[in-house]
Amino acid sequence: MSTIESNPSVVEVSHQGWLPVMELATQEVFELMLGSRLAPAPPPTVDAALEVTAMVGLAGALCGVLSIRCSSRAGMAMASKMLGVEVDKALPEVWDALGEICNMVAGNFKNKIPGMGDGCMLSVPTVIMGNDYSCHSLGNAESLRVNFLFEDHLVVAVLEIHS
Amino acid sequence: MANIQVLIVDDSSVMRKIVERSLRQAGIEISKVYEAGNGAEGLAVLADTKVDIILCDINMPVMDGLEFLKQLSGVENAKGVPVVMITTEGSEGHVTQALSAGARGYLRKPFTADQVKEHILPVLAGKS
Repeated sequence: MSTIESNPSVVEVSHQGWLPVMELATQEVFELMLGSRLAPAPPPTVDAALEVTAMVGLAGALCGVLSIRCSSRAGMAMASKMLGVEVDKALPEVWDALGEICNMVAGNFKNKIPGMGDGCMLSVPTVIMGNDYSCHSLGNAESLRVNFLFEDHLVVAVLEIHS
Repeated sequence: MANIQVLIVDDSSVMRKIVERSLRQAGIEISKVYEAGNGAEGLAVLADTKVDIILCDINMPVMDGLEFLKQLSGVENAKGVPVVMITTEGSEGHVTQALSAGARGYLRKPFTADQVKEHILPVLAGKS
């Protein structure tokens, strides 16, 4: 099972006010690019089924990592929706599709925060398959997390803010 | 707009397919789509190919979209060919930078098929 840990130091500035922006940015990407409406979901009790993690780094006025996590089946369903092909034909495109979704959520999010559009750069996406890993942040990270249901599949978007 | 040739430059093959599908949904008849995964691959395509329009991402490995735009000025086959940027980098600064470097249009991801129509058709018709 994967874990993502941050330095437990006290965070002086809270960014909880960005949660609705993250929700909107994620929902818009799914509606416009996949034709799917996301429903709010309660936090998962375990993360074991979330084997696909797509990550995009942010640097500049906002430093951090935005990640989208979901199950392999959800990833295949997303790729299928994006490409308009049957689910079983979408398998080779899952990494690419998840990376691009994460990239669009990160871009959409930062463009909605005043001053971030020009002041914050995005990395190209990285996608991890599997859940037997640990991720440790060296910064004073605050995490914003939103959970959605995409066609009965849990999708988790996390913004880890380093500075 | 019938039987045009298109070059789509994006590091995501999924996005290249989505852009192609969106063009077709906008009623644009395409005779040939050339694909490139970054700016350098795009320049390689243009070395021996002439297209009617170039659609290009900004954030790409190897050579990004803005560098690609700059280098297009020295490419014979790119002379007069309109370039539309399709990217998540949708800030005013990025738009200004791309337009200054020679892009004729700018479309932010995520986008709708209607937005593709709205941004690409005028460029193809030479109205932008």
